[in-house]
Amino acid sequence: MDKFTKITGIAAPMPLVNIDTDMIIPKQFLKTIKRSGLGVNLFDEMRYNSDGSERADFVLNQPAYRESQIIVAGDNFGCGSSREHAPWALLDFGIRAVISTSFADIFYNNCFKNGILPIVLPKEAVEVLMDDARKGANARMTIDLESQTVTSSDGQVFAFEVDGFKKHCLLNGLDDIGLTMEKAASIDSFEKRLSAERPWV
Amino acid sequence: MSPKTLYDKIWDAHLAHEAEDGTCLLYIDRHLVHEVTSPQAFEGLRMTGRKVRAPEKTIAVPDHNVPTTLDRANAATMTEDSRIQVEALDKNAKDFGIHYYPVSDVRQGIVHIVGPEQGWTLPGMTVVCGDSHTATHGAFGALAHGIGTSEVEHVLATQTLIQRKGKNMKVEITGSLRPGVTAKDITLSVIGATGTAGGTGYVIEYFGQAIRELSMEGRMTVCNMAIEGGARAGLIAPDEKTYAYCMGRPHAPKGAQWEAARAWWETLYSDADAHWDKVVTIRAEDIAPVVTWGTSPEDVLPITGSVPSPQDFTGGKVEAAQRSLDYMGLSAGQKLTDIQIDTVFIGSCTTGRIEDLRAAAAILKGKKIKDGMRAMVVPGSGLVRAQAEEEGLAQIFIDAGFEWRLAGCSMCLAMNPDQLSPGERCAATSNRNFEGRQGRGGRTHLLSPAMAAAAAITGHLTDVREMM
Repeated sequence: MDKFTKITGIAAPMPLVNIDTDMIIPKQFLKTIKRSGLGVNLFDEMRYNSDGSERADFVLNQPAYRESQIIVAGDNFGCGSSREHAPWALLDFGIRAVISTSFADIFYNNCFKNGILPIVLPKEAVEVLMDDARKGANARMTIDLESQTVTSSDGQVFAFEVDGFKKHCLLNGLDDIGLTMEKAASIDSFEKRLSAERPWV
Repeated sequence: MSPKTLYDKIWDAHLAHEAEDGTCLLYIDRHLVHEVTSPQAFEGLRMTGRKVRAPEKTIAVPDHNVPTTLDRANAATMTEDSRIQVEALDKNAKDFGIHYYPVSDVRQGIVHIVGPEQGWTLPGMTVVCGDSHTATHGAFGALAHGIGTSEVEHVLATQTLIQRKGKNMKVEITGSLRPGVTAKDITLSVIGATGTAGGTGYVIEYFGQAIRELSMEGRMTVCNMAIEGGARAGLIAPDEKTYAYCMGRPHAPKGAQWEAARAWWETLYSDADAHWDKVVTIRAEDIAPVVTWGTSPEDVLPITGSVPSPQDFTGGKVEAAQRSLDYMGLSAGQKLTDIQIDTVFIGSCTTGRIEDLRAAAAILKGKKIKDGMRAMVVPGSGLVRAQAEEEGLAQIFIDAGFEWRLAGCSMCLAMNPDQLSPGERCAATSNRNFEGRQGRGGRTHLLSPAMAAAAAITGHLTDVREMM
């Protein structure tokens, strides 16, 4: 997994609420057995006409936002299906962080497994950053995971919360399966207890 | 000892490790696997030389991609990429030695229907699957939730999940349901009341007389859509109905083990003075048969209502509602019962069980669907299909003009050939009405099986109570 330390980049404004993972990556692209290559189909049905041409009104098709690394989104981003293809598609496009007032649980967890930082901020802060994102390519925001801050293009700083373990893994690009396997002794002893107490499991 | 919720009790009984910072390793009792969200996880195991830690607790079944037409044994009925995914699951199940129900097995079906049916899902268990509708299994008082593919790999390798505890939410449905109102109407009405983010960060436990009066199948319908309310999981404490459902199933305990299991299961309830972080109460008498009008499961209204105006909402929902109306081709003020339907889909992990088929068949018996209507029933498993044939339900559907299909996820998410065309409008018993969910440009109205049957007959959204 790619590390996430600090990025400065273009943020795309997507104020729509309840952007679900079917919108982020429609099901016809889930028939892959790989993690890569999904960026071209990110937001496919919002981004392309049925003949495959780009929709000029979609934010990531506009010249200012084609290189976006951040999305500032409406409430409840990533709701719906558990498909990890959603963060895979975001990452493959080049998105490294999403800012919203709230995220669906499964999507939120999936982001951290793929080097994407989902940032929850209060409504007022998201509104400021949404306006900042609307300024286009010249307005770059900075996200610093170490200090847990988002800095708008005009220097306003917003602090965010993040789980300490998730932060550690993201800062260092760690494989959490490896970390868990270091605790194999705890799992072994739990399983012993389980087979004595609840042998039917 | 401080009072605990059911969620607290199951959590505590599965805690394999707790770090100083509160990060926990939760032991997983049952890991369900399907073909769409698992190939990358198995590939990850191969690349790192890891094994499946507990293959005896891992159960796989292909469901999302599989065709539901009678000729599906013919490989040509699947697109190449679908076939590759199903073949990958065949191979992964064999290579890693996990339980498997292939497409050719009569027990094959939607993973969330097969799990309970085979007795894999039992009270007090932790159950995960790379699928958000894993919440279904909460109906047994099991802590069950969806996970991503990286977490699938984590569970395969370690039989644990790295978790932080969620908050406790109590949803109480007081009193009894009125005639014509079902579990589907309960779960949609709860989402309508709380919104699709209302449960985010919570595990919901459902309480109340109306929940107790539901069968296990109805309870599965309720818990299935907990995720649509944003909750990580939905729970219903086990009772006599739960034990009766589980008893004798192929993988349920037997004899002395059954007795021991049951004794433990009887301790699985929320203590009377347990703390709740959020409480929602709805009177069952106030729940009507409902339908969705928009592209979020929270866009719920009683069938007697009218399409709302975006101005009825505030904040970001104004734009979202306008977008929904444009997408759905509806205008504010239109009566819901005036909405014409092209397609009816009965099935899915929400409502693809035998009682759902009985409810729909009761409305359809001796009737015909509207001319030009495309209607299909996709049973949740091969065993549900066989039982429906034995009970004569299949014939009722066929006589009415429905297609009688083989088991799978089908048009709930349209990964197989069962899809809507752009602009086509579907009354669906499934769980999601998102843009493009049932096919690009397709328009979905969520409702109960009986309501879907009524719409198939009249050709428009219909109050099923008028046909009872």
